[in-house]
Amino acid sequence: MAASIPARITLPETARRGEVVSVRVLVRHPMERGFDGPGLTPLPRHILHTLRVTYAGEEVFRMALSSGIAANPYVEFTTVATETGDLVFEWQEDGGAVYRREARLVVT
Amino acid sequence: MPRRTLLAMPLAAAGPRAAIAQRPPAEDFAAAERTILAGRAPRADGIALEVPQLSENGNSVDIAVKVASPMTAADHVTAIHILSEKNPVPRVATFALSPRAGRAEVATRIRLATTQTVTVLAETSAGAVHRASREVIVILGACVDGG
Repeated sequence: MAASIPARITLPETARRGEVVSVRVLVRHPMERGFDGPGLTPLPRHILHTLRVTYAGEEVFRMALSSGIAANPYVEFTTVATETGDLVFEWQEDGGAVYRREARLVVT
Repeated sequence: MPRRTLLAMPLAAAGPRAAIAQRPPAEDFAAAERTILAGRAPRADGIALEVPQLSENGNSVDIAVKVASPMTAADHVTAIHILSEKNPVPRVATFALSPRAGRAEVATRIRLATTQTVTVLAETSAGAVHRASREVIVILGACVDGG
């Protein structure tokens, strides 16, 4: 069962069929990079390593994140409005946790 | 406790920590780029790379990539890679795209350890690779504090 995660998802509420819509996602996560350095306490890497986005059940976007992605990862991408349906955002975290958020796009 | 055992103790205690600090990068920038290119010669056109020339704070650097592509089933961008020359991990991010994206445009925020060149590779369904790079001057690197 995927847990929820604080995220701000920005996309238009409605779009015309065939329109390219811009999707912006900001998620709260420290993205602990797990590198040691002078004055730093060594911590194991703990990041969101994958973001997968499905639209009406079909995968439309996927991102592989590394420790080189800023804390509270932000991503912007586009998708073609094909039908009214849910965009499901699924983040996979180190250690196997999965977080999920949804946003509805109404196509007119 | 024998003197020999006692002398060996600080060394043993320092062992794992020293190993973390000196751990070599699993893959360097050149190797990462070679792996993605897989013998193909990259083209210097087709990518608009937006990244600031100078960044005050390497903990969060805006980067936007636009690849010129019709994004049709026959001709589309399949992957966009962001590579860093001097970060501990050279593959910063990879985006997998399909014609469903409509446009080959992505943006995110990355960490930069120091002043360096940021490289973007875009793979197309036709098997071509486009390449763009830009130098970013970083005032405060991403590795100096815990943020």
